Amino acid sequence: MSVTHDAGIQVRKAASLAERPAARGSPDINNPAAWIVAIILLIMPLIANGFFLIEIFATTLILGTIALSLMFLAGYGGMVSLMQLTIAGFCAYMVAVFGASGNANISLGWPWWLAVPMALTLATIFGTLGGALAVRTEGIYTIMITLAIGAAFYYFTNQNWAIFNGHTGINNVATPHFWGVNWRWDIPFYYVVLAVAAICYFAVDYVSRAPFGLALQGVRDNPRRMAALGFNVNAHRVAAYAVASFIAGLAGVLQVWNYRQISPGTVSVGACIDILIIAIVGGITRPVGPYIGALVFVLLRTFALDFLVKIGLDGNRFRLLIGLGFLAIVFWSSDGVIGLWQRWRRSQRPQADGAGGGRGHG
Amino acid sequence: MDSVAQRLSAVGAGAALELRGVTRLFGALAALTDVTITVRPGERRAVLGSNGAGKTTLFNCITGDFPPSSGTIRFFGEDVTHFPPYERIRRGLRRTYQISALFPGLTVQDNVYLACRGVSRGRFSFLRPGRNDALMYAADNLVQAVHLTAVKDRRVAELAHGQQRQLEIALALAGAPRFVLFDEPAAGLSPTERAELVEILTSLPAHIGYIIIEHDMDVALRVVESVTMMHNGRIFKEGLPEEIQSDPEVQELYLGGGHE
Repeated sequence: MSVTHDAGIQVRKAASLAERPAARGSPDINNPAAWIVAIILLIMPLIANGFFLIEIFATTLILGTIALSLMFLAGYGGMVSLMQLTIAGFCAYMVAVFGASGNANISLGWPWWLAVPMALTLATIFGTLGGALAVRTEGIYTIMITLAIGAAFYYFTNQNWAIFNGHTGINNVATPHFWGVNWRWDIPFYYVVLAVAAICYFAVDYVSRAPFGLALQGVRDNPRRMAALGFNVNAHRVAAYAVASFIAGLAGVLQVWNYRQISPGTVSVGACIDILIIAIVGGITRPVGPYIGALVFVLLRTFALDFLVKIGLDGNRFRLLIGLGFLAIVFWSSDGVIGLWQRWRRSQRPQADGAGGGRGHG
Repeated sequence: MDSVAQRLSAVGAGAALELRGVTRLFGALAALTDVTITVRPGERRAVLGSNGAGKTTLFNCITGDFPPSSGTIRFFGEDVTHFPPYERIRRGLRRTYQISALFPGLTVQDNVYLACRGVSRGRFSFLRPGRNDALMYAADNLVQAVHLTAVKDRRVAELAHGQQRQLEIALALAGAPRFVLFDEPAAGLSPTERAELVEILTSLPAHIGYIIIEHDMDVALRVVESVTMMHNGRIFKEGLPEEIQSDPEVQELYLGGGHE
């Protein structure tokens, strides 16, 4: 599986003791396997049919990018925010409201190149304000506040008809057409999604070694000491929320273009928690984790039902299978799939010396 | 008050650190009561006292980790009583912690780099430091000054206790410190490491003053020129090291279990 390969590379790089992200340099450039993954992702349209391209891989990249924004906050900043999907959803709604859609009474009909920057700006402001509230708390209270924001937004979209069109949401959202290309056709859209995901991934990786990202990791490890080094800890946390909101917003734009509609169901509390599951299952110590988690999630969500029917069980129990899968991953590894892979690598090494009995797990 | 501080310093505007009537309450408990201290620039002073005497609380009030309940604190003439910690740090105040307060997930180099970055511009910079980054160079020098160059790319969580204590000091010396608060820097150090610590402290530039909390008299009295003795949250006695050492009341407090 391509994405898991990618994990291996990065993990091996820092396999020493990395329970927390402290990646050095750019881990990918000198790694042949990373290049292979990149090439596979680039030529995916040649391998995969439309269903796999969009329903599996584009969806994975979109969800992975939302989870990446959570990974940025939680892995580097130590702040678990459950409102990342809400911010993406808010941005999706704003694209639908400012752009063109089937609901002409609501949508303003701006061209996409105006509607998208507007939506991103508003989503970033929204997430930053939420973050400014959340940074006054720590740990479980941060989770509660951000979950409350997510829940409030869900119920608000359900009940507000003037802008959010209540529980029916906004349908037939226009997608960009230019240079003679309909960018929502499967192959162009896949490349748009891939480009955005790659930019977000490399940006997060880059910033993690820049002063801002390092300081964020300092805030995670010891906020009090950061203040005693001259850093305004809360300002740093709020700025991290702003960055994460922008990333989530980008994914929100892709999401509304993907489904061409947005409704409260997309921003439900359950969906907020899905993002947390994705990030935790993949591993929040490095940016590739959320994408692995998203792939696992999307594959399970898509194929669990068929799988259950095939082995003679009630297909409606597919959520049980998803739950068990996640339980197993988290039970055996506190750092998700990345952690499992890391442990497997470590168990392989003594085997190479001839021991042979390592407890492989992957 | 007949204090060495007054004898040694030109009182008032010239003081590096001036506390007046500083009191800190934790609920009904007074951890500090009416503490008045003046320290002149470049002065090196030890604060002694038994556990619970209020030494660390004094530091926390000076840095703003816990602001004082009442009283005023001036740093080089500026009233910083209501400043958040980072504003005081940016003005040249530094501190170390009794229990190492480092960033275990980051490397030694990154820890020191953060300390250098914290007191300069570009704290929010999204650009990675380049090859000729001045702060990277400063961080390298600091790492070298505390003898940690060999482990500079190791994560702090992997360091030995003594190395962590040295890093603790390096973090406090980043940028251009004007006054440093050392909270038991020798805690848990071996005799060799203690000697190194004394060397680091005595080789600090003369304009950098400090207050050191230290139980080890061998360390404390070799690196200071004045001593403040605290007891039950109050200033108990101030004097020259020899005066304090030979003071019968102090000896009774330190050696005789501290009964009133």
